Amino acid sequence: MENMNIEETKKLVLDYIMKEYIDDEDEEITYDTALISGGYVDSFSMVSLLVFLERKFQIKIPPSKATPEAFNSVNNIVEMVNNYL
Amino acid sequence: MSNIGSYEERLKNFDWSIAEEELEYRKGDLINIGWHCSDRICLKGKADKIALYYEGFEGIEKKYTFNDIRLAGNTIGTFLRNIGIHNVDRVCLFIDRIPELYFSFLGILKIGAIVQPLFSAFGDESLFVRLDDAQTRAIITQRKHLPKIRKIVEKLPCLEFVIIVDHDRKKVLKKSELEFNLESALPVEKIEIFPARSETPSVLHYTSGTTGQPKGVQHIHYSIVSQYLTTKWVLDLIDDDIYWCTADPGWVTGTSYGIIGPWSLGITQCVLDAGFSAQAWYKFIEKYKISMWYSAPTAIRSMMKAGEDIVKDYDLSSLRHLASVGEPLNPEAVIWSEKVFGKPFYDTFWQTETGSIMITNFPGMKIKPGSMGKPFPGMTGVVLNPKTFEPIAETGKIGLIAFKPGWPSMMRGYWRNEEKYREKFVNGWYLSEDKASIDNEGYFWFIGRDYDVINTGGHLVSPFEVESALLEHPAVAESAVVAKPDEIMMEVVKAFITLKPGFEPHPDLELEIMNFIRKKLLSLAMPQEIEYLDALPKTRSGKIMRRLLHAREWGEDIGDISSLEND
Repeated sequence: MENMNIEETKKLVLDYIMKEYIDDEDEEITYDTALISGGYVDSFSMVSLLVFLERKFQIKIPPSKATPEAFNSVNNIVEMVNNYL
Repeated sequence: MSNIGSYEERLKNFDWSIAEEELEYRKGDLINIGWHCSDRICLKGKADKIALYYEGFEGIEKKYTFNDIRLAGNTIGTFLRNIGIHNVDRVCLFIDRIPELYFSFLGILKIGAIVQPLFSAFGDESLFVRLDDAQTRAIITQRKHLPKIRKIVEKLPCLEFVIIVDHDRKKVLKKSELEFNLESALPVEKIEIFPARSETPSVLHYTSGTTGQPKGVQHIHYSIVSQYLTTKWVLDLIDDDIYWCTADPGWVTGTSYGIIGPWSLGITQCVLDAGFSAQAWYKFIEKYKISMWYSAPTAIRSMMKAGEDIVKDYDLSSLRHLASVGEPLNPEAVIWSEKVFGKPFYDTFWQTETGSIMITNFPGMKIKPGSMGKPFPGMTGVVLNPKTFEPIAETGKIGLIAFKPGWPSMMRGYWRNEEKYREKFVNGWYLSEDKASIDNEGYFWFIGRDYDVINTGGHLVSPFEVESALLEHPAVAESAVVAKPDEIMMEVVKAFITLKPGFEPHPDLELEIMNFIRKKLLSLAMPQEIEYLDALPKTRSGKIMRRLLHAREWGEDIGDISSLEND
């Protein structure tokens, strides 16, 4: 995120989730929307999201930290990513 | 004292008439699952008893009595009849775990149509294959799933009706789409229940195998007899229990034990339509004072991973009995639950094809952690010699788990696939295609599967389906898919691929292929790892040696591969 500020990062992550995980383009997903507990991204799909984040931000997230809670919103995801930059 | 009492006593002179009498059914009578699970319970004086507590996303809470579910089933059934759905038409439920799913299940059965539940996370290709095979006439769904259906509807000439239960009128519906809103529909007090008989088709569940396309497992209304009794004797449900089955009705556990079993007994059950989190699940148990909990090893292992400390934040003292299904329950999970919840999870074994629990641990019977338990009374279970298909008498010797055909919920066929159905019966036995041994006390011990299907998180994934989908990606030349061990899921999908000329191994390509499969099939079929190879290991005849790849993933010594090369 060196070349991106927090807001840009959030938008990038949200755009990716909308593109890859949400079928209905009219679905309103915010930075706080509960992605995992809300059923938008299931636990199997978390792996592909993890791979995207690691590739995009050139980071390595320990498996123990890649929890449903850490992926449960765009805000949570960006916070987690920030910890490993 | 448990409902089953003494297992040994029940074995003596067991007959399914025990369940038939309790269901007030005699041979030759009419029998309709939808009626038995709602109308009959109301007639027994439980019309005002809560049938369903539902909790959805963002804390939406609803509750329904048995009279409510009776009326809802009637209303949906009448709507379907009015648009022209007849008995034996297939009506698919492609819907999240919202109340309309449960009520539609009843309504479809009440009018004699065949209900085809499908997991709502299926991608468009997986959905197409199952709807095409079943020649499904109608699909009940939600607006969020419409994009997937719209991609395939033109290729499905039999699919006449796409029924949306939550249309918000912001968009115009397309051809063959119609809306149905249960809350605004006029409740139908009386419906002519279809006069189903014991062998009348009821539910069509799709299951994946090693090769070929998924198969439609055909069940009948008489299945309720074993679903009722196994619910009573294995899940040990009693009248004032609050029950929670965590399985989605897109899978057989979610219908046999998420609808038919508990409601045929008049039991109150809870449904949580939200993703997994240990805190959310414990909060749900505490809130509704859940007393019987039927879950899956993957969820249990996820809770183990979340730790014991979280459990202390919740009052789970309501829990009376716990059971598990979908994959072998590892001994550590049994011991952990006894420590943390004060009682063990009882492992149960059965399949989509069997329709109800076959080998299980029973209340009141000693649990041996890691053991499947013993056959349910009325089910003759053995292990067969894989060469002679004769029962093995020796204790501890591994064989194929098999059952004497004829229990009430035994499947009656694979949809339009008589040949595959006949292959399931050899030498007078139904073959489960799993392997086990039996100890000197009659306990079964699971060894493994006799086939290559992947069991990930309790769900079967066909390597063939994933390989075929991989070949549709423009970069993939060849593919081989195997199970890879996983601490939580037990197994996950791993793909080995070779690339077409012009494509290079790249992390971005790996992610692209993962998402490609996830959207085409479903998320649990998505390879959790992709490995690029210059060439796949093959036999001299050109067959891909999956066993070799599998063995490497599991750290097994495959030994001399020359025999495999000649396979």
